Amino acid sequence: MTTLTAGRVGLPAKYLPVLVTGCLLAAMFVAGGIRYEGFASGQVILNVFIDNAFLLVVAVGMTFVILTGGIDLSVGSVVALSTMISASLMAGPGWPPYLVVPLVLVIGSGLGLVMGYIVHAFDIQPFIVTLAGMFLARGLCYTIGTDSIPIEDPAFTAFAQSRIDLFADMWISPSVIVALVVVGVAAYVLHYTRFGRAVYATGGSEQSALLMGLPVGRTKITVYTVSGFCSALGGVLLSFYMLSGYGLHAVGMELDAIAAVVIGGTLLTGGSGFLLGTVLGVLVLGLIQTIISFEGTLSSWWTKIFIGMLLFVFILLQRLFSARSRR
Amino acid sequence: MTEHILRMSGITKTFPGVKALQDVNLSVRRGEIHAICGENGAGKSTLMKVLSGVYPHGDYEGEIFFEGERCEFGGIRDSEHAGIVIIHQELALSPQLSIAENIFLGNERAKRGFIDWNRTNYEAAELMKRVGLRENPTTPISDIGVGKQQLVEIAKALSKEVRLLILDEPTAALNDDDSAHLLDLLRGLRDEGITCVIISHKLNEVTAIADAVTIIRDGRTIETLDMAADAVTEDRIISGMVGRALDNRFPPHEPTIGEEALRVEDWTVYSPSQPDRKVVDSAALTLRRGEIVGLAGLMGAGRTELAMSLFGRTYGVRISGKVFKDGKPVEIRNVQDAINHGLAYASEDRKRYGLNLIEDIKRNISAAGLRGLARRGWVNENEEYRIAEEFHRSMNIKAPSVNSVVGQLSGGNQQKVVLSKWIMTEPDVLILDEPTRGIDVGAKYEIYTIINQLADQGKAVLVISSELPELLGLCDRIYTLSEGRITGEVPRQEATQESLMHLMTKGQE
Repeated sequence: MTTLTAGRVGLPAKYLPVLVTGCLLAAMFVAGGIRYEGFASGQVILNVFIDNAFLLVVAVGMTFVILTGGIDLSVGSVVALSTMISASLMAGPGWPPYLVVPLVLVIGSGLGLVMGYIVHAFDIQPFIVTLAGMFLARGLCYTIGTDSIPIEDPAFTAFAQSRIDLFADMWISPSVIVALVVVGVAAYVLHYTRFGRAVYATGGSEQSALLMGLPVGRTKITVYTVSGFCSALGGVLLSFYMLSGYGLHAVGMELDAIAAVVIGGTLLTGGSGFLLGTVLGVLVLGLIQTIISFEGTLSSWWTKIFIGMLLFVFILLQRLFSARSRR
Repeated sequence: MTEHILRMSGITKTFPGVKALQDVNLSVRRGEIHAICGENGAGKSTLMKVLSGVYPHGDYEGEIFFEGERCEFGGIRDSEHAGIVIIHQELALSPQLSIAENIFLGNERAKRGFIDWNRTNYEAAELMKRVGLRENPTTPISDIGVGKQQLVEIAKALSKEVRLLILDEPTAALNDDDSAHLLDLLRGLRDEGITCVIISHKLNEVTAIADAVTIIRDGRTIETLDMAADAVTEDRIISGMVGRALDNRFPPHEPTIGEEALRVEDWTVYSPSQPDRKVVDSAALTLRRGEIVGLAGLMGAGRTELAMSLFGRTYGVRISGKVFKDGKPVEIRNVQDAINHGLAYASEDRKRYGLNLIEDIKRNISAAGLRGLARRGWVNENEEYRIAEEFHRSMNIKAPSVNSVVGQLSGGNQQKVVLSKWIMTEPDVLILDEPTRGIDVGAKYEIYTIINQLADQGKAVLVISSELPELLGLCDRIYTLSEGRITGEVPRQEATQESLMHLMTKGQE
């Protein structure tokens, strides 16, 4: 009966991965600050948020799915489809944004709902179902158009380009606010509602959850719906960022989101992890990009190499962690 | 040529905290069918795992002599090489491969690295003829029944030139025809000179087929009997299996028995994997408030299946029968219904079916009764913490705090968490499946005390257990289950281990 402790402090083992990611983030920031002039400023961190707001929202949805022990490969395509639908509806028939945005969110949630229903009702691996969803959504983008569609709606662009000034010359975009609200609500739902408890219990042991009378089926369907909603919202934020809709937007974003969740310390088998970890995971990915752009001479594919190495480290860490707790 | 093909002497095998085998001796004569009998958990399967090298040499103490030679098996490959093949209760066949492929799996008929299919199928057909299996060698395993799969296992053993064949509960999953065929086959193999060791709970089969029987109890050899010379009967085996004294391992308890809480009538359940096999056959039970009722049965009798099918149809297909709660008929379609009707079920496999091991104590305790803690979906965490702390104290759960992860607790403390979880749902009827499995003696006493308290609070408790002394020490009334049917109902005063064992081994008339 030993409790895994981090140092002298009697910290429960479940916080360890998040702590490791947090330390890593701090170390990267300090190292960057020492190495590059102008790195150690608040705005650099805020820029990471600004550039990755859409990824953060998508990763939140992914966290729900992974916590139940599932996976959602469709998120990148749903993001692209959302940008495409938004852009085409505003450019073609000239629909106003306050109609377009809710419609996009409904479509995204609907796609998630259907995938979740198939996963649950037919007991098919989520990998396959969401892979099918991924192809479907990507294909639907091209039925709308094969080229990039610019967004020129004045209200939309004004909102997208507005700056929210903070103290000391620092600023953020509205997208960051949206993303942080999503994180806050999601964290609250995960930790303080029966639904949140069912998510953790399903991922921890689906058999046990069933025999405890928890609504396992409904929970699974709901997490995919949440993920669909988050992907659509991520798509809206991406169209703020890009001011265009394009079928080739967000290619491979599902893998970035999964990487962020795993680096954030969530077990891929489900049942253990925190939204805070996912936020840190997204920041780690963003900060790697920032460091590489500060370095100047390194090509951008170095980002991928670092992410790859980090993932290896974190998966090994999880392995050690779960091997200990299973004993 | 020695008379004994196998001699195991002084075998002792220890698992962390438990001595599974203690100084066990086993001698098997050449060309006989040797049965090993004992209660669940007596150590039969462990002994066979030692013999077949699943637990390699050095992992146990003692010596094994096979064909007069001292053996130090490092793994199954070594023992198979020596001619010892074990067929486990859960068959180890690959369902999508053909019969022939399975027979020669790991032992392929190949020419210069390529499989010789003609030879594979031809030799497979020869072996299948020897075991009386009339099928096409290319038929996939998943297309044939369990009885025939058992024959494939034996054919596979024959292909390895087996000299000692070990069968662990070979007829447990078979119907009567298949069992009879299998026993005939074993007699035939004996005539061909193959020695068999068979582990079985079905004593009528043992007396019908075995030449000798070794009885194991609590990890020790009790005796080896020669069936013919000692004129062994089922009664004789039973008294060897159970002869254990009851001591004061149980807290005293005076029951106050009240109204009927749960009545089950004509309950029939079919196996989900073999939809034509009845796992529970028109069972009937009555549980009264304040009463602790035992359900005794050997492995495979259908105890857990009966309990789980009652608890929201979590096991089985084509379930039929009636359930009355407090005298009124109720329909229980899922777990939530069962909980709403005041039922609780603590699984025998608490790690897989009872707990979320990577979650902390308080969330495990609150999981089933979350509804009572939440308003419009929002969980009251302070209340949750308070209740968990209360159980932590009242159940004497030994853990630093209610935030400790359940996977790191000992078996007894895990079981207390499971019980707390169900007590929180305020049930009227608790079904406890092997509540003290894998728990040390001190913690067992605590669990018994908790069970007595639950009965004193007017709850009906059904205890399923493989340990007869436990049932005799704890229960007010005991049902026996054999091959899915309730074969007896005995009040505690009249029950003895022998009488229960008789009812538990009673076969189909």
